Amino acid sequence: MEEEIILTIPIRPNMELAVSRLASSIAEAMRLDENKVDEIKLALIEACLNAFEHSKSKDRKVHIKFKMTDDHLKITIKDYGVGFNPSKVEEPKIEEKLKSTSKRGWGLKIMRSLMDTVEINSHRGGTVITMTKKR
Amino acid sequence: MLEQELTLTARKGDKYAVIATEGYINNPGGEKIARRCYQLMDEGYKHFILNFSKSKVINSIGISILIEIIEKVLELKGSLSFCGLTNTIAKTFRIMGLTQYTKIFPTEEEAITALS
Repeated sequence: MEEEIILTIPIRPNMELAVSRLASSIAEAMRLDENKVDEIKLALIEACLNAFEHSKSKDRKVHIKFKMTDDHLKITIKDYGVGFNPSKVEEPKIEEKLKSTSKRGWGLKIMRSLMDTVEINSHRGGTVITMTKKR
Repeated sequence: MLEQELTLTARKGDKYAVIATEGYINNPGGEKIARRCYQLMDEGYKHFILNFSKSKVINSIGISILIEIIEKVLELKGSLSFCGLTNTIAKTFRIMGLTQYTKIFPTEEEAITALS
């Protein structure tokens, strides 16, 4: 059985927390364990922040879809912004970040590490990040 | 209190300071922690314990500010320890490599004992 929840949020500070609360409720309803719920929440916060900070979308909105199936939760985060080339995002390294004036750039690494799969489809018309977590 | 507003308390020991937070460790939350750490560094403290037992949510911007604090602590030849982390926050710190330069303890008491 599949069920979907779709929502659109404005790009506003801390709106990622509202999304993470909803993700928590959905994951708990699917009876995912506490660690998986927390991992989904943090990965989703990072995906939202990525859209908030880098999309430059004119509609200032992010569209999120949760798809619940018997064996996994699939989350899609979409914006209609300028897009980016994921292959040009450098893998952050702590020893380099400690010496650098820019300590940021960890979002993709965190998402990929906490979710079972992460796919990024990005072009000039926007970005779609699709993440899954198995039960 | 709104979940996104971070509050903190600082407790000074003989050679260390414990900063306990409550709330979201995002950009303003991270900045608040950093400001308090830097004040304590100005007072001569160089060993810090960050108790996050009441901060269950963090983001990468907040963590990047923690990396700034780690950089300053290393310059002082001090130490930074975390306690009260959720499993996910601890896992994230390990993934990012923070644990190469900091220590994680289950409780504040264990973090303090390790300093003595």
